Amino acid sequence: MYEITQETRRDRRAVGDRPAVVALRAVTRRFGAAAAVDRLSLDVAPGEILALLGPSGSGKTTLLRLIAGFERPDDGEVWIAGRRVAGGGEWVPPEARGVGMVFQDYALFPHLTVAENVEFGLHCVLVAERGPRTAEVLDLVGMRGLAARYPHELSGGEQQRVALARALAPRPFAVLLDEPFSNLDADLRRQVREEVRAILTAAGISAVFVTHDQEEALMLGHRVAVVNAGRLEQVGTPEEIFHAPRTRFVAGFFGRADFLPARVTADGLETEAGLVAQRVAPVASGDGHVELLVRPDDVTIAAAPDGTGTVLERLFAGSEIIYRVALPSGRVLHSRQPHTVELPRGARVAVRVAPGHPLACFQHGAALEVEAAGPPLPRERGEATA
Amino acid sequence: MRVPEARPIVAGRGRAVPLPAFLAVPVLLVSAAVLLPVAYLVVRAAGADEGVLELLLRGRTARVLGNTVLLAAAVTATSVAVAVPLAWLTARTDLPGARTWSVLAALPLVVPSYIGGFMVVTVFGPVGALQRALEPLTGLARLPDLHGFVGAWLTLTLFAYPYVLLSVRAGFRGMDPSLEEASRGLGEGEWTTFRRVTVPLLWPWIQAGALLVALYVLSDFGAVAIMRFESFTTAIYLQYQAALNRSYAAVLSLVLIALAAGVLLAGEQRGRARFHRLGAGAKRPARVVPLGRWRPVAVGFCAAVAALGVAMPVGVLAYWLAIGMQHGDALARVLAPTARSLAASALGAGATLLMALPVAVLAVRHGGALARFTLRVMYVSYALPGLVIALALVFFAARYAPAVYQTLGLLVFAYAVHFLPQAVGPLRSALQQVSPSQEEAARTLGRTAPDVLWTVTLPLVRPGMVAAAALVFLTIMKELPATLLLSPTGFETLATTIWTDANDGRFGRTGFPALVLLAVSSVSMWLLLGQEGGRA
Repeated sequence: MYEITQETRRDRRAVGDRPAVVALRAVTRRFGAAAAVDRLSLDVAPGEILALLGPSGSGKTTLLRLIAGFERPDDGEVWIAGRRVAGGGEWVPPEARGVGMVFQDYALFPHLTVAENVEFGLHCVLVAERGPRTAEVLDLVGMRGLAARYPHELSGGEQQRVALARALAPRPFAVLLDEPFSNLDADLRRQVREEVRAILTAAGISAVFVTHDQEEALMLGHRVAVVNAGRLEQVGTPEEIFHAPRTRFVAGFFGRADFLPARVTADGLETEAGLVAQRVAPVASGDGHVELLVRPDDVTIAAAPDGTGTVLERLFAGSEIIYRVALPSGRVLHSRQPHTVELPRGARVAVRVAPGHPLACFQHGAALEVEAAGPPLPRERGEATA
Repeated sequence: MRVPEARPIVAGRGRAVPLPAFLAVPVLLVSAAVLLPVAYLVVRAAGADEGVLELLLRGRTARVLGNTVLLAAAVTATSVAVAVPLAWLTARTDLPGARTWSVLAALPLVVPSYIGGFMVVTVFGPVGALQRALEPLTGLARLPDLHGFVGAWLTLTLFAYPYVLLSVRAGFRGMDPSLEEASRGLGEGEWTTFRRVTVPLLWPWIQAGALLVALYVLSDFGAVAIMRFESFTTAIYLQYQAALNRSYAAVLSLVLIALAAGVLLAGEQRGRARFHRLGAGAKRPARVVPLGRWRPVAVGFCAAVAALGVAMPVGVLAYWLAIGMQHGDALARVLAPTARSLAASALGAGATLLMALPVAVLAVRHGGALARFTLRVMYVSYALPGLVIALALVFFAARYAPAVYQTLGLLVFAYAVHFLPQAVGPLRSALQQVSPSQEEAARTLGRTAPDVLWTVTLPLVRPGMVAAAALVFLTIMKELPATLLLSPTGFETLATTIWTDANDGRFGRTGFPALVLLAVSSVSMWLLLGQEGGRA
């Protein structure tokens, strides 16, 4: 785990000096002895779409419910639009927080029509303004034509959009979306995802959404916050998260990732699969043992009778083939090869870690600063980049 | 960042969103209301002039206790003896007309015990229909008097055994036939399999049915009073009516409560231990057992039970109606009592629903100690005889609230306290089907919790509310002892007219009200069974 203060500095860079719409300050929520959310701090900037990404049980939904006011923090504070709504002796109930929510099951009221569902949150608005506002948000989500329908007469994607319109109607400070696309099938999900991003951007509203789908988080979020075991692993732009994972967990969460033990030497990093010419920042502690994040396209293999690797399995994926290769220690690496490379199971191969870029390097689960050693290395990826 | 840094605050560990006051306060009031009768009985008994212990140790108490336990045990045993074979025959064999028999066999449940008691006396009494039919043949001027234990035993068995039947049949339906097949496969014979596999698997269902029968007997007032059998309810009623010793009535009531609570507790513990062994099972029909040459015997058995449980009540009812009409009785006469019954039932159902709602919402949405406590208290109160609840309220009102004594309000209150679980049941099922996220969505749309209950939850559970209200309404229509004790002077309902007229031997006048009540009873039974089917 990295330090919160350091994280806050990073936030400031991303968010700028505008006040946060939603701010969590060292929030903790325990269920029994286990902490579902553990001293977690996070800010959401105006107009920002923040993706909360994590495996199931990581506390991301609890986090959302803490913001909405369905859970009380055991410790820490929740701020919304500059007002403390939980913690420090304050408690503002969900209805007074000005936060809209889209539920996983949409939670549309089955006894009300689409228009009535949207109008439900406008009870504090002048009667004369309710109709126009309802029409406005239904227009925004492209559902005005179906205003008289009942929820059960709508498709899943339509229900999703009505739920979003209903949440936006009272002009909340922010909307929270709990696994908003999990109830849609794959094709529809892709389409609705783009629609939702467009709608949220058009509304100019801050949004926090929970997902366990990394692709969804990267595509939809302006920033992504990776949560694990109730703690924030990393928060940053999708590019930062993907290319510069700051913890081993984050690195492993995106795509196929193998971790290769390495020892820091003067020449670079010595691994079971050869020397990786790369320098790392002075190792703060330990005996110079680190772990390298190795993705399948960083690993080259070539048939060699005296090679140290053994092909375990060959996973055909259309235009490419992923080989599972065992190293002498028994450790398994994945290597992506074009479909023209044909190696039988059991074949002896020479394994080389030959990335065209510095590999992410971790010690005790946290990322180390990396830099390429000496002059740029010649492109070595060859076939591996195909 | 304008938001200040976090600093530790004092907070409880893992606390949930606290109980909203708009639920907690009504539920506390409901708990208090449900506890009131029992609590008052305790106070009353403790304040007796003689010591409670002396009252308890009177020879009469022991006799009443013995009588009651004996009756409950006998009725339960015979109910099981009649119901288990019936259930097996209709569920597992090639019995001709099995469906018809299974409906007929469940029907006696619709006869309230006070009507059933009078029917048994009309037919099997010393100078009843049977004696008149037999007199030309045998010359007997009187049959042996069945008043007392035999009459009570017969009547209660006849009209309560369907509780066991329904339960055991549900057990047969839920049983995985492959378990019996496994036993056969292990080399056990048909009879050994039945004894070593089928019966043990059915045991929880038999127990559940037997529990209901035992509680029914303990709380029954109508049948034992008609048969002039000295059980707790009749003894309590006598003490009350003769105003002999109200403290003694309170003591007797407490012993009866302890008895009911004991039965309930025993049933609960065993029921739980066995429940998980009965999975839903494979939904494959069980093998049909061919009856072969036993077929006529089986049909004869079913026919005999149906003759006593269905043909006899129908015949007696027709007979009463005929006599009544000969004497110029008409349906019009029962209009006023019917109207009163309807009014009392409607008020009672409304009050019950009102009390049930916060309890159900709390139990389903929040859980917690208060909800558990209230549900427990409520079910114990349901097992209490209506007579005991009514008596406690009579005592209480006479001493502390004379203004409500003998008012409709107190009667309605007694109904609500007694029948609360009947309303909470369907309401809970309905609430469980409403996703909590709908209520949470309403909260994020700016509605307060009470507002959400009103605009979202209640409209969504309306069908459950209607079912609950209907069930309570129909149950109150048939209720006798509380109505007898608590109705305002001159407030004759269908149940009390039947009671008074039949007690005075004017059976002809009971035809029309009994007809109406049996109809009502059939509807409520149908509703109740529909619910149980949903649970099974």
